Parts: sequence; structure tokens; C-alpha cells
Amino acid sequence: MSVITYREALNRALDEELARDDSVFLMGEEVAEYDGAYKVSKGLLAKYGARRVVDTPITELGFTGLGVGAAMVGLRPVIEWMTHNFALLALDQVINEAAKMRSMSGGQFKVPIVFRGPNGPAEYLAAQHSQALASYWAHVPGLKVVAPATPADAYGLLKSAIRDDDPVVVLEAEMAYSWKGEVPDEEYLTPIGKADLKRSGSDVSLITFGKPLKMVLEAADALAAEGVSAEVLDLRTVRPLDEAAIRETARKTGRVVVVDESWPVASVGSHVAHLVARDAFDRLDAPVELVSGEDVPMPYNHGLELAAQPSVAKIVAAARRALYKES
Amino acid sequence: MADKVNPKPSAPAPGATPGRLGGLGKAELLELLRRMQLIRSFEERAGQMYGLRKIGGFCHLYNGQEAVGVGAISALDLSTDYVLTGYRDHGHALACGMDPKAIMAELFGKANGSSRGKGGSMHLFDAGRHFLGGNGIVGAQIPVATGVAFAQAYRGRAAGEGAKPTGATLCFFGDGAIHQGAFHESLNLARIWKLPAVYVVENNQWGMGTSWKRVSSLEEFHRMADSYGMVGVDVDGMDLLAVREVVAAARKRALDEGIPTLIEAETYRYKGHSMSDPQKYRSREEVDEYRSRDPIVVLKDRMAEAGLVAEAEWETIVKETDALVDESVAFAEAGAEPAPGALYEDIYATELQP
Repeated sequence: MSVITYREALNRALDEELARDDSVFLMGEEVAEYDGAYKVSKGLLAKYGARRVVDTPITELGFTGLGVGAAMVGLRPVIEWMTHNFALLALDQVINEAAKMRSMSGGQFKVPIVFRGPNGPAEYLAAQHSQALASYWAHVPGLKVVAPATPADAYGLLKSAIRDDDPVVVLEAEMAYSWKGEVPDEEYLTPIGKADLKRSGSDVSLITFGKPLKMVLEAADALAAEGVSAEVLDLRTVRPLDEAAIRETARKTGRVVVVDESWPVASVGSHVAHLVARDAFDRLDAPVELVSGEDVPMPYNHGLELAAQPSVAKIVAAARRALYKES
Repeated sequence: MADKVNPKPSAPAPGATPGRLGGLGKAELLELLRRMQLIRSFEERAGQMYGLRKIGGFCHLYNGQEAVGVGAISALDLSTDYVLTGYRDHGHALACGMDPKAIMAELFGKANGSSRGKGGSMHLFDAGRHFLGGNGIVGAQIPVATGVAFAQAYRGRAAGEGAKPTGATLCFFGDGAIHQGAFHESLNLARIWKLPAVYVVENNQWGMGTSWKRVSSLEEFHRMADSYGMVGVDVDGMDLLAVREVVAAARKRALDEGIPTLIEAETYRYKGHSMSDPQKYRSREEVDEYRSRDPIVVLKDRMAEAGLVAEAEWETIVKETDALVDESVAFAEAGAEPAPGALYEDIYATELQP
């Protein structure tokens, strides 16, 4: 077991998969000579050369689509978007090509491609560079979508994504790249589609994915200090969702707070709330709470941008509401 | 010596070898003629079947453009090369040797269709014949094709930088697609990475109801190649042998030198953009003018002049291709509707959670 950063965990996964399989290549803006805009690909050009680690012009639609074609004929591209914000330029290639190629061809093709990069709010970046887009990808049949919240899952899920025969979108987080955590030294894969029960509890379920996990765990600590036993479920994959795990925790505690840093309308969080209502209605003791990003474009001002995001205080308050406790 | 269909005396084309045309012998030429006629016959029947509501949705016919698809694809080696195109894809699919029965059944939406009834007219695929679609978004196939060429270069270069690619990729699109960012981004990528790509813009004069002249900053599309340091070539898209020749040269350039080519083929679609197009934007005279240069007639006449096709042989081609299309319709008619369970099949290659 080693304590490494989320960034280092991703780098280790890429390094191992590039070493293991010549059909894997990494492509994106600044991934090679610059060593990665966020240094996730540090050292990989030196180790694998320009054939395997490929700098692109700033042309998200072009190189995303190129990856789809390469995957259709058997390569395993890892396409790095500098951030998911810029992936909006490539939406057509992800939704209309990567996700649908198998269906449109009646199963003739598989598209083993990974799209990855940081998603979600960072700091002082304003509306275009600071937004959580999980629901854009989670909405689309044909895609798989993972959102690792810890270095251990960043490593294990990225490796699974690269080996998967379907297109997988990886939601990383700029703010999480420097987070540290324990990662086993031996090689392992984290299964796609399996949630992780981070903390067992009996009074309320806190369900989240990706970067907000950290504040959800802090909120659970704060609730424990008040004598509230909170269960924490990290979904880890948002397509396909681990519906069984959601059902189980909801039926166990009867009170659910969903935390998703995306906007609240038509989000992964709102869908999870629907699943809870569908699968645990008879066991619920309170309305399902959704702590989301506020329904506004991200402002630049630091106080305002923090107010626009979920926080420990908001999560604790939501849990108290679910418990009918005075706030 | 075969009987001449057209006995009028004419000089052989410059450089022509007796008994050959465009470097091809009689058997090869008859096969090319047959492929064009198969497309023509197939499309005529598809139009009829659409009228009978056997085919629904969008259906874009290739009549008039046969020389481009057949000529270009005949210059490839489909054991190593690949073909991609847009939504007007029946002709390219047939030119790749795809089974017309599976195509017609796909147009009918049947389970025995090439995509099991999931794709329809715009999404024909044949993995085994290296035909990678069939794409409904204008220009979206261009980056995808560029990626196929990337894979060919990538695999070739496993043997060392500068090693040859494993094949070439031919990408068709129309004059409507050439102003998409996808086109321009792709050409730049193909050139900087020296990818074995051949791009063919089929200028059939009309992007749906919009004349290309109203929406293009350049009058010659092939000059767009200059912006990306590529080779640009224009060719008469009604002349199969001319198309074949420029594509063969472009393929060789792609494989040997890693230089992609943009080929502009001037052609014409006889039918509307899709089946629902009343064609009020163009005149009868314009259509007739192009019909007078019909690609099938052009090749057939040249072959006849060179003594390479007899009327009886031509009649046999027409009869056989019509029969094949009849058979395709019967196959499609007899096909089963997809089973309800097919709805959730073919979405993922690896199963989702249990």
C-alpha cells in the first residue's frame, strides 16, 4: 500500500496499460511534450514515444472523432480532454458516433475508447471552465460513465475503462488531482457499475459520486458528532448505476440525501432520487433530499462560487431535514 | 471480337491499348459496368419500395453518382483498405460488395437486414468488407475515417517511424459536408500525422436544396487541400475510369508517401435529396443535361466503341442485376420483424451489471 495522489494514480494506470497493450495510445492537447495540462501524463512521452503519446492541435471534435475511428478498427484510444468543458465541442462524436456505432451496425462493431479529463467546478474559473457535466454523458445509452473520487478508484476505474470494449467516459476532477490516498501496490481493476459503501450507518443515507465524496464524508463526521449515524454510498459509476446498492441503502435507513455537484435539473442526482422513490417508497420516512449545484452559471467571485456548490453545511442541513431535526 | 453496340467509327482514346480501356481488360470492365447497373437498379427499386411504404424515414438515393463510388472503390484493396461515407450510402455499400439482400432487408427494417433492422438506409455497415458506414450526421464520418487511417499508420509504424501504413482509408462526403468543422479539422490532422487518407467530395451540385455556389467561399473545392498542404485533384465524376485513376494515384501517394489527397468529383444526383424532396430548386433542363452524361452510358459507350461490350452482354447485365434486386426485395419481404427482445441488444459489447 502506498499513499499517492489522484494524479499519480491515474498516471500509474496509464503507464501500466500503455506497457501492457500496444493498441493503447494516449491522445490530447498538451499530453506529450508538456507532460499534461494537469501532469496526469507526466513522463509518458519519454517512456513510450510520440507514436503512443500524441499531442494534438486544439481540435476537440477532430481528435475525439479520430479516436472513434481508431477504436472501430481495434485500437484502444485514451482521449484526454483538457477539461470536460471543452468536450462540448466533441459532443456529436461521443453521442452520435461512439455511443451508437454498435447499435446502428447491429452489433458489428465495438468501440473500446476512453474519454477522460477533469470535470466539475474548480476555483476562480467562472462559468465556462467550472461546471459539472456528468448528466450530459450519463444520459446516453451506449456510453459507460465513471467518476472516481479517490486515488484508489482513479487507478482501478481507469484501468477497467481502458480494458472495457465499450466507450467509457471518465469524470476526473481538477480539485482532486492533488488529493492523496492509499493505493494497493499490486495491480487491480475496480469494476465498472459497482458502488462502494464508504461508511455504514443506520439513520440516513448520503449518496454521491466523484469529487463531492470528500465533503460528504466530512458531513458524515459532523453528523456523527451530533449522534446521527450516516451511511455513505459512493456510486463510483454513474452509467450503469448500481441500482441494487442504491435500493439497499435507501431501504435500510429510510432517509436519503443525494449529493451531486451538477445543476439540479435532469441530473444524475435527480435520477437517483427517482430510483429511491421507485424502489424504496414504502420504506421512506422523509422526502428525498437533493443537494446539488445551484441552478446558475458559475460566478467568478470566490464567495459566490462557493455558494453555488454543495458544501458540508448544506449536506448536514439536508440530512437534518430528512431526520426532521431542528437546524 | 464482340459485336459493337454502337457501330459509328470513332478514334480510340489516346494511349488506349486494343482490347483494354483505362488499363482494364474486358472482364474487369464488365464487372464495373455491372456494379454501376446494380446500384441503378437497386436504387430505382428502393424508390418504388419507399413509395409502397415498405421503407420509411429518410432514404437518399445514389442514382447518377454511380461512377464515383464504383470507380473509387474499384481502386482499393478491401482486404487492407477501408471505406466510410455519409447517409447516401447504398451505392458505396454495393460497390464494396455488400450483399444487396441484406441492404434491402435493412431498408425494410427487418431482422435479416445488415444491421438487424437497427440502422436503416443511412446506417449500412459491413465489417467484413471494411465498409464502416453509413453516417447520418453531415460530415461526421470524416474524423472517424481519419481515425481509421490513423490506426493504419499507427500499426504500420509499430515497425518503426516512417514505416508504411497497413492500408489506406477512403472517405466519401458531399458538397454539403465540406464546410463543416469536422472536415477542416480532419484534413489538418491527416496532414500533420501523414495519415493514409483519401477524401472524396462528391459535388452533386446540391446540398439538399442549396446550390453549393451559394454557400462556398471557393469555386473549386479541391483547392481547399492547399490550406492543409495536401494534394487536391478534380475529376469528372461521371467518368468511372477517370475517378478510378485519380483514386488509385491518391491511394499510392497515401501508402508510399503518407500524403493525403482531397479529390473533388463533379457529379449529379438524379433524384431528390431524399424521398420527400419536391426539387423545386432546380430545373428539368439541368437534370437532363447531366443525364446526357450518364455515367453508365458513358462507360458502356466507350466499351462498345472499343469492342468490349456487346448489346447482348449488356442486356445480360441488366437482366441479372434486376433479378438480383428482385431477389433482394423477396428476401426483405420474407424477413422477420426484429424480436421484441432485440430492443436491448447490440447496445454494449460487454454486458452491464446483472
